[in-house]
Amino acid sequence: MTGDDSGPDVDAYVGLGDWTPDSLVVPGEVRPVVSAPHPVLSRAAEEVDPTAKETVQLAADLVATMRVSPGCVGLAAPQVGVGARVFAVDVTGHPKAVTVHGTFVLCNARVVEATRWKPGREGCMSVPDLTGDVKRASRLVVEGDLPGTGEPVRLVTDGFEARALQHEIDHCAGLLFLDRVAGAHAVYQRKVYL
Amino acid sequence: MNELAITVIGRDRPGIVADVAEVLADLGANLTDSTMTRLRGHFAMTLICTGPASAEVEAALAPLAAEGQLLATVRAVTPDGEVPPAGEPYVMAVHGSDRMGIVAAMTRVLVDAGGNVTDLSTRLAGSLYVVLAEVELPAGVADTLIDRLHRTAGELGVEVTLRPADPDLL
Repeated sequence: MTGDDSGPDVDAYVGLGDWTPDSLVVPGEVRPVVSAPHPVLSRAAEEVDPTAKETVQLAADLVATMRVSPGCVGLAAPQVGVGARVFAVDVTGHPKAVTVHGTFVLCNARVVEATRWKPGREGCMSVPDLTGDVKRASRLVVEGDLPGTGEPVRLVTDGFEARALQHEIDHCAGLLFLDRVAGAHAVYQRKVYL
Repeated sequence: MNELAITVIGRDRPGIVADVAEVLADLGANLTDSTMTRLRGHFAMTLICTGPASAEVEAALAPLAAEGQLLATVRAVTPDGEVPPAGEPYVMAVHGSDRMGIVAAMTRVLVDAGGNVTDLSTRLAGSLYVVLAEVELPAGVADTLIDRLHRTAGELGVEVTLRPADPDLL
């Protein structure tokens, strides 16, 4: 077995524990989603205090907005007009998902290990009319902080959830999938709207 | 052997590809490289074929154009042979509010750095304009080029990224 095949160091895994969106306590409000071109989508977002009241509210709002948006598997704060490094992800029930951590929100997330790059088609609520082919790591280790408790987590995931995480972490860095498409003919007019 | 460059463009309708390809096939023209796509409701074909003389093809395509819905051009070209790559392949992505001159300004920066655009497409989706260019760059210019691209993109109020193209060799 080569180093590349050994995969991430699972011993260092610190999961979500018993965190759920209910841990946020505050009710989430649905916020309007901004579309490109919008400057907030192209700026690197700011690090946040995961225990701050406004971060907790933002986390709850991201979950609420994601849940009312058909087909939405992730939503980052810049997409609701807030330049903060916070995003929600939920790939539960998606046919392409393998590892699934349910609904969660991460603050200040960063990729610490990315391997086994594979192409795949992506869309984005902030680029509603286009999709694109993007290569992403299908094995991923991400570190971040949970909103509310501020507890650090280290998530190990793969496949579709790994893709969703990389897409949202990109949003927090001011990048869209358009910035990573594979070539001149790798962007498509969306044919199916969920 | 004649090599011909043919363009056909017109309002999209079912059957344009079949009609044009049939005309060419009946003349013994062999289709080599082509792109055929729909651009905002217009169907656009650009193709290279080998075989008959250009006047012959032009005459054969004339009835299609006669309805006024299609514009066809035919021109003899000199076979170039294989063009060696001018450098390392990169992908430039540009997106932002639509305005005049984005493609002109951004590709000029590429050319000034010795780059050669080998493939390019643009999309206008609502007010979002997207340019994707594949470009061959001389070795070692990418780092300074990205600064110049950022400066020009800043003047245009658009975003730009430049990344090495994935060779994706099996």
